[in-house]
Amino acid sequence: MSESTTAAPDSSERKTSEISEAVIRIAGNSQDGIQAIGGFLARLAGRSEQDVMTFMTIPSTISGGPSIFQVRIGTGEILSSGDEADVLLAFYQHSYENHINFVKKSGIVLYDSDHVEPSEEHQKNYRHVGVAVSSLTVEAIGGSARDKGKNIFALGLITRMFDLNVEKLKKLIAERFKGKPESITTTAHNAFDAGYAQDVGNLVDLYEFEEPDGKLSNQVVMNGNEALAYGLIAAGVRFGAGYPITPWSDIMELLRRELPKYGGTFMQCEDEIASVSMAIGGSWGGRVAVTGSSGPGIALKAEAIGWAIMAEVPLVVVDVQRGGPSTGMPTSVEQSDLNIAVFGGHGDSPRVVIAPAHVEDAFYTAIEAVNIARKYSVPVILLTDQAIATRIEAFAEPNLKELCQDISPDLSAVADHKPYDLDANDGITRHLAPGTRVASGKYPVLTGLEHDEMGHPTSSRELHMDMQTKRRRKLQALRESFPATQVYGPDEGNILVVGWGSSQGPIREAVDRMRGAGESVSAIHIRYLNPLPDKLDEIFSGFHHVVVVELNDEGLNGYGQLAQLLRAKYADPKIQSICKTDGLTWRIGEIVERIHGFEAAQK
Amino acid sequence: MSKLSFGYEALDRTGDLNVGEIPELPEDRPALKKKQIAADHPTWCPGCGDFSVLALYFRLIEKRKIHHEKITTVAGIGCSSRFPYFVQGHGTHFIHGRALPYATGVSLCRPDLHVFVFGGDGDAFSIGGNHFNHTARKNVRLTYVVMDNWVYGLTKKQTSPTSPVGFKSKTDMWGAVDPPINPAKQAIAAGATFVARSTHTNPKHIHEMMDAALDHEGFSFIQCLSECTEFYEGAFDAANPRKGGEFNLVPEDHDVTDQDAAIKLADEVFPGKFGILYKVDEKSKNAKEQEINAKFQAKVEGMEDWEILQQNFNRMK
Ligand SMILES: Cc1ncc(C[n+]2csc(CCOP(=O)(O)OP(=O)(O)O)c2C)c(N)n1
Ligand code: SF4
Ligand SMILES: [Mg+2]
Repeated sequence: MSESTTAAPDSSERKTSEISEAVIRIAGNSQDGIQAIGGFLARLAGRSEQDVMTFMTIPSTISGGPSIFQVRIGTGEILSSGDEADVLLAFYQHSYENHINFVKKSGIVLYDSDHVEPSEEHQKNYRHVGVAVSSLTVEAIGGSARDKGKNIFALGLITRMFDLNVEKLKKLIAERFKGKPESITTTAHNAFDAGYAQDVGNLVDLYEFEEPDGKLSNQVVMNGNEALAYGLIAAGVRFGAGYPITPWSDIMELLRRELPKYGGTFMQCEDEIASVSMAIGGSWGGRVAVTGSSGPGIALKAEAIGWAIMAEVPLVVVDVQRGGPSTGMPTSVEQSDLNIAVFGGHGDSPRVVIAPAHVEDAFYTAIEAVNIARKYSVPVILLTDQAIATRIEAFAEPNLKELCQDISPDLSAVADHKPYDLDANDGITRHLAPGTRVASGKYPVLTGLEHDEMGHPTSSRELHMDMQTKRRRKLQALRESFPATQVYGPDEGNILVVGWGSSQGPIREAVDRMRGAGESVSAIHIRYLNPLPDKLDEIFSGFHHVVVVELNDEGLNGYGQLAQLLRAKYADPKIQSICKTDGLTWRIGEIVERIHGFEAAQK
Repeated sequence: MSKLSFGYEALDRTGDLNVGEIPELPEDRPALKKKQIAADHPTWCPGCGDFSVLALYFRLIEKRKIHHEKITTVAGIGCSSRFPYFVQGHGTHFIHGRALPYATGVSLCRPDLHVFVFGGDGDAFSIGGNHFNHTARKNVRLTYVVMDNWVYGLTKKQTSPTSPVGFKSKTDMWGAVDPPINPAKQAIAAGATFVARSTHTNPKHIHEMMDAALDHEGFSFIQCLSECTEFYEGAFDAANPRKGGEFNLVPEDHDVTDQDAAIKLADEVFPGKFGILYKVDEKSKNAKEQEINAKFQAKVEGMEDWEILQQNFNRMK
């Protein structure tokens, strides 16, 4: 907690401190509804013009198991979900024992005294407050409280402690249970009131967030999968197909539910091969379509993506990366699908790969992906990850009226048509959707065989070379249009940290912290992973070391996947790697430590 | 913080090519002639059964007055699957075994088109076997003609899922040992709503089957025996009266809506009966999805797309 002022203690020795941000970690079992507490807090922050970021771990088994939800709320910009917790709320002994180390020195440990036996050792280091959460919940609302109500009781407790807006929270609770019997909302409100009534202020400090500066008004709050799916809808996507797999499934479920309102359809297929094929068919039908998956499903789609590259059909493929290979770590984060995204095909198969940096960015990147696919008639792989997928962030409400696009097919007749025109601008193909009349009476065929300009098979070596060049050239043209890569921090110094995807926030926060301590560190974020932007070497030349920080293994050659790409492109031995595969996002302290370790090794 | 490097752009249609005149269409467009429908000269071996399927597709287009822009032909990979190159119309030569899901995407996005899918027995029942079952059970509106030659033609004589036991191929040099799939029987069991059997040696019959398939509101499947003269000569002689075989039609008293009777008929020892074995009216996938859409669209009537999306965003504040 960043405390700015400490108010004078009142007569009963309690004090209220004004803080700019707080990290609250709630630890319990997945069936306790702790995700719901986190969700309420995040949404409240969004409504209160505060910035927020969440982090959660979910067991990969259905029957549940230990789970946490962490919320970081603050008045300023929040870049990561926080390394250390100011407050831990532990429901069980295992929650207490496994998470107490994440609490800041002199932080607060709230625990359910019905289940947790605090250790004497820990009591020396942390302020402990026991509340009989389980029995008090039963007292307030009846029932067994084994699974239900405890979470809302705990929400009341936290609300009291941080002087959060009771009215707004109760409204959020009511909205959540809208459409359910009235009694459910009443019971939830009772649990909330009972929690709120616990005078924890007798035992610990009470906190109050600083007044927001008004910069964060009009926010929406959602997770990355939602942002991405809504971005696709805003972009005009009206058709897609998929097969369930965590953490991609949320996106397909959302599209299945929402697209019918727009006259669109999302199909659940028999497998990933069918779904990518169906999406490509839809794209040819005139509807730039989406398919997606996570790790194993992306591998299955590879052959068809190769076809779409050869036939030059627009397509968006979402890959919500998780721990791999194989079934791997389905509910953990990794950035280990970069190789399959960039190279996952047979033959020379240039495609576009872009990665969003955070939840808001997932919304805009989805729109960009659709527009690139459409304009360059090429598959675009939208490489997001489990961390972005599941975390909740508040961000400025997009101007939907301005952003929403209509990309319905144009079926008006043409005089003549040559789909694979070698003289076309930048080598970009434009297909006609079936139903389009070609007055010359000569119709095109889309094919995966090497073809002539009309799409008819050829075994001409010259044509193969020309078409291969055409497919590459258009992506080189795309690269020309990339915005210049911005350096976070000065463009000269000792260390340049290079990151991609969801690591952007933690990397920036680490850079801020190190610069604050007088170190010479800057960062760049690479959003376009294929083709890579040009002129990175000019940026690299301003630094003694270039360190690529990514969530994948250093591999047999000692470099992570992006580091390998950059080394291949620039052949610069200065490019080094910092990798990890513990299934968790980067903590700030961890990045700082690893960079210090790297520096020490250079000496 | 909104940043979009790649926003919407209106795209040119066909670049420099689109400068010519686009003639107005006459009120009553005449049916296309065979010459106008034929595209590349087929690359099939002389005598290949696939020629007659192509010829009958042309006849269907002519007779049913399907115009160029509406001709939508999709195929996977195999000798038979080269079909789309030979047809002057919109076509796709997709990957091995996945023509059905691809065609499903087209069919669902474009209710104004009737998609025809052509392919071989390996494409349909081996690599694409699961897609066949699911497309059939979902009753997607399209016509699937499998040119069944009981062998892998393109890859030069390996055992196919329809090769009869004893067939000597390059992968079963002593004769195939596994029992073959019966395509018509499998289609019925999978939930197909139109299942017919025909053979390349009876052009009139193929035409009748395709004509009926075109009118079917759902998934229509035609198993068309199509001899591979190169690798399985004489495979269907028993169904060809000119070779001393028998071509027997489905009995007139067969009830095409009776699933048990249809399966029994499909299961008869080769050459069995030809014609429509099974046909029922069930809602197509396309119709079911349209119903779902109509229900949801009624709730947002008169709203612009961005306003519908705004409703969701308002709930996330
Ligand atoms: C993924 C993949 N595996 C294998 C092949 C090779 N292949 C091409 S066609 C074919 C079988 C063709 O048999 P069938 O579908 O019966 O068609 P026919 O040639 O007999 O008409 C095979 C195995 C391929 N093209 N793609
Ligand atoms: S190999 Fe057989 S199936 Fe292929 S074209 Fe020749 S005869 Fe026809
Ligand atoms: Mg065959």
